[in-house]
Amino acid sequence: MSAVEDVVTEAPAVEAVPKRAMTLGLGTSLVVLVALLIVPLFVKNFIIFQLTMLLIYGLAVLALNILTGGSGQFSLGQSAFYAVGAYTSAILIEYTGMNYALTLPIAGLICFAFGFAFGQPALRLSGVYLALATFALATAMPQILKLGFFEHWTGGVQGLVVTKPDAPFGLPMSQDMWLYYFTLAITIGIYIASVNLLRSRSGRAFMAIRDNEIAASAMGVDVALYKTLAFGVSAGITGVAGGLGAIAVQFVAPDSYTILLAISLFLGMVVGGVGWLPGSFVGAAFIIFVPNIAEGISKGLSGAVFGVLLFLVIFLVPHGARQVAIVAQQLIGKLKK
Amino acid sequence: MTQAQLAQGNAPLLAVRDVSVVFGGIIALNGVSFDMHKGAILGLIGPNGAGKTTLFNCLSRLYQPSSGDILMEGSSILTRPPHRIAEIGIGRTFQNVALFPNLSVLDNVRVGTHARTSSDIISDSLKLAWVRRTEADVNKKVHEILDYLDLNDVAHTVVSGLPFGTQKRVELARALAADPKILLLDEPAGGLNHEEVHVLGDLIRRIRDERHMTVLLVEHHMGLVMSIADHVVALNFGRKLAEGTPAQVQADPDVIKAYLGSKDQ
Repeated sequence: MSAVEDVVTEAPAVEAVPKRAMTLGLGTSLVVLVALLIVPLFVKNFIIFQLTMLLIYGLAVLALNILTGGSGQFSLGQSAFYAVGAYTSAILIEYTGMNYALTLPIAGLICFAFGFAFGQPALRLSGVYLALATFALATAMPQILKLGFFEHWTGGVQGLVVTKPDAPFGLPMSQDMWLYYFTLAITIGIYIASVNLLRSRSGRAFMAIRDNEIAASAMGVDVALYKTLAFGVSAGITGVAGGLGAIAVQFVAPDSYTILLAISLFLGMVVGGVGWLPGSFVGAAFIIFVPNIAEGISKGLSGAVFGVLLFLVIFLVPHGARQVAIVAQQLIGKLKK
Repeated sequence: MTQAQLAQGNAPLLAVRDVSVVFGGIIALNGVSFDMHKGAILGLIGPNGAGKTTLFNCLSRLYQPSSGDILMEGSSILTRPPHRIAEIGIGRTFQNVALFPNLSVLDNVRVGTHARTSSDIISDSLKLAWVRRTEADVNKKVHEILDYLDLNDVAHTVVSGLPFGTQKRVELARALAADPKILLLDEPAGGLNHEEVHVLGDLIRRIRDERHMTVLLVEHHMGLVMSIADHVVALNFGRKLAEGTPAQVQADPDVIKAYLGSKDQ
């Protein structure tokens, strides 16, 4: 009897925010959107490429946020889903000559199925144990991609080179700029769909499970189904991000998708604020730009400098970008008065 | 049970038939039987460890009885998984309050409608027209319930910050949102003061009368059970000790002995 009561009163695994605080207000969203639209017109191609990667990693962090912030399940295996998405797109483009844009939904669907399937055995695990199981997935993936059995398709250790698409309809823009706007359009679509999902009946079911599984079940929520669905959705979005990443980087190789990528994505989520969707992109900016900044400060000790910077962020704003946003909002509120 | 009996309307809404639960070597429930009739408030009493919560958890399918059966409107509920109990009209609250602490009051109650609605992740992500219609219906109903339980002021508040008494009301609202036929209340008076218990008693009676529900009340607070229950079942050491009207059960020598001990001890 006491076992059940323990579970009922157990604290949620993840410190999370209520749904209303999961997104930005309309005004802020518009400002961000306009900035994202015009910035590429004023910067060099390399910066545009980095911004594209920011959006792509932002999507991958967003996917992890839906899983962890939404349904309360940990994952250190997102790099595996990212790799499957990247390879799916690369193989389809290079071997079947399929249009790059069409490969993305296929990458998403395959990863959804993969994540949904992985979610079944993961149902028996939670907390750190689940994190370990997903960790195993992330460490296994690069080796699976190198297997001789798949070499004909994956190119083995060498990987595959992907051709970069030109802007369509003779639009006068560079390949990088076209790819940026293409990625931006997909990112906005997925972001809006994710917000809708978390605000819907399904999203409430995810969060109910995160907060209290037994009560969720008593309200009619099929806990096993929604937990695996959360894994599927998260993997699907990560797969689309992986496909976009393959197109942007023009190259896929097993060692691009190691556990380090999964840890980076996890770090991005924590820095952005667990459960706060816009924070995913702040977190992505952190994992892309801060290593460069660290290298600028000291070439020899870039890892240590990165560590110190990370430590500072976690120490000063433990709830990440969300905390900064809340403080900023309060300050603006005071100024208005 | 024959069709003729069902037609007469005197068949029990919920029938507990000879239910036993064994944990390892401990017999938590030993052949307990009773009926719940439509529109009644049934009080389930007993000292600590008598098996009240065990029985309760059998009804919401958290425990599987080792023998016996539980029938809801004539058909067994024991083949159903726990998440498919709400849809046949059994709603519950929890002893120590099991809300979703990071969600607002509104969202907690919205989750209560889960069993009465349907959706899929694709339609939800795209916010299709039918999803918006369902959400509008859900919101209408949720606001009606918040009105009914006087929770409008805190509708947008995150529940973890609310006082215990209010949280209990939110839990009741969440259970009502599923339109249950039977409402299982696990120690609703626990942690409430004298005044609040009185208000709660009136509320439970009002819910029964106005929302046409049948109530199973598991309670330590004798005053509450005796004042609002139509029928009382007393348990002790996993067995049914006595059953009858509150007055009968209160006068039962076995019940008095279980609660106070006997003279010749």
